[in-house]
Amino acid sequence: MKHTHCNCGGCHDSCCLKIENLSVRFGEETVLEDVDLHMHCGQIVALIGPNGAGKSTLIRAILGQRAYEGRISFTPAGGTPGAFRIGYVPQSPSFEHGDPVSVQDLFACCLKRRPAFLPMGKAFRRSVLESLSRVHGEALIDKRMGDLSGGELQRVLLALALEPMPQLLILDEPLSGVDVEGMELLMQQLHEIRRTCDLSILMTTHDFSMLERYCDRVVLLSHKILKKGTPLDVLNSEEFLDAFHLGGGA
Amino acid sequence: MMRIWYGLCELLQMPWLEMDFMKHALLAVLLMGPLFGILSTMVVTGKMSFFSDALGHSGFTGIAVGVLCGSVFPVRWAVGFAVFFAVLFSFVKRRSGHATETVIGVFSSTAVALGIFIATMNGSSFTKFNRYLIGDILSVTPGELGLLALVLAVVAVLWCFLSNRLVLTAIHPQLASSRGIPVGTYELIFTVLIAVVVTLSMSWVGLMVINSLLVLPAAAARNIAKDLRQYHLVSVLGALGAGILGLVTSYYLGSSTGAVISLYLALWFAVTLCLRKRG
Repeated sequence: MKHTHCNCGGCHDSCCLKIENLSVRFGEETVLEDVDLHMHCGQIVALIGPNGAGKSTLIRAILGQRAYEGRISFTPAGGTPGAFRIGYVPQSPSFEHGDPVSVQDLFACCLKRRPAFLPMGKAFRRSVLESLSRVHGEALIDKRMGDLSGGELQRVLLALALEPMPQLLILDEPLSGVDVEGMELLMQQLHEIRRTCDLSILMTTHDFSMLERYCDRVVLLSHKILKKGTPLDVLNSEEFLDAFHLGGGA
Repeated sequence: MMRIWYGLCELLQMPWLEMDFMKHALLAVLLMGPLFGILSTMVVTGKMSFFSDALGHSGFTGIAVGVLCGSVFPVRWAVGFAVFFAVLFSFVKRRSGHATETVIGVFSSTAVALGIFIATMNGSSFTKFNRYLIGDILSVTPGELGLLALVLAVVAVLWCFLSNRLVLTAIHPQLASSRGIPVGTYELIFTVLIAVVVTLSMSWVGLMVINSLLVLPAAAARNIAKDLRQYHLVSVLGALGAGILGLVTSYYLGSSTGAVISLYLALWFAVTLCLRKRG
């Protein structure tokens, strides 16, 4: 079923991710406080904020890797709560240069029960090539993970995160360590994936140059949500200038 | 079973295989090659070489405790102590917030100090522990070979079921966790596996060099392997080759087999490093 944010009913029907009154504490320290965020089906939402604002913590809470207070609920397309799949592209993946793990090996480790060190067969190779074709990365299949450039690595991890196809795709700083050309390519592919697949995209970023062209909404976070709205609304707000010390001062 | 093995050895008509203890030692090397070759891949990928060294030290402490308690089989104490060490290490690592190598350093030095303290209490001689430090593969008995075969079978089966998740856990824990893999559980399973294998093999290979068998085969394979298949294959073949060459060389030179195997592995590492540079 094709399901986009435009053809849903009200927020109640179309929210695929609903975060209510979410707080995360590390001992005495409050990292996130009273975060409310509704993400609608088919949207690309950018989560921005200064270093240490709690962006990665929020993502970990959504992934179920961090204890939190409050409520996080997921609703798949069609509005019926049930099995909900999240695809995740981690921040700064630590693949070492010499690690003998090829792109196909990584897919096998994530998707197959049969040990990746055994021959995988042509059918599996075809399915990996098909996945990589979503990010125009078929030529990368035999490359070692540690030999990929920043942009290639993000594309491979993006292709992997789409297997099996999730309802929510989360990318943690996908543009860091990627050159300008790679950023443009990655954002175009995210835009294309959002158009062709039935999923929503939540990404954290420190790069604001792409927000206006590719994102539907921007959420400014610094321990709590300071501002949310369209990219223009947020980027032109006082909260944004204050959060990044761009106010000009005296 | 042993008769079949003796028969096979006699077919080879090698002068160094005339004695029964050499036939046992060769079989031990053939069993340990794949065992250490496989485990080595994960030790190196998971950056656990310092940890496996520390596990060997904890095994020594277990031996010392076993001897103190008058045990006839102190290796059983060593296995128990090393498993306890591995579990406690995982717990402290997660709770303390210290860097992994700091926690390993704390555990390793404590284990060695405790082992030496117990071994030398009341002015006891340390000499009886030398066999565990240097190792003697020629002393391996048919019963111990059976145990080694059983451990290899268990590791092989576990590897068939768990290796994909273990690799993912080692190369990117957060990615593994996001795909529903209980990272902590898999790390614990692997550390316990290493603890059992290190302590069981300690008296044959020698505590001082056993870590080379857990690091060098995969370190060498990593120099030339392009994917996981080549990585496992080169690691296992390297461990097997060095094991057989080490056994034969030590027979003719009369030196410790464990040490010679380690030296061959170091040589193999150097060769693969040169091959990588040329590539």
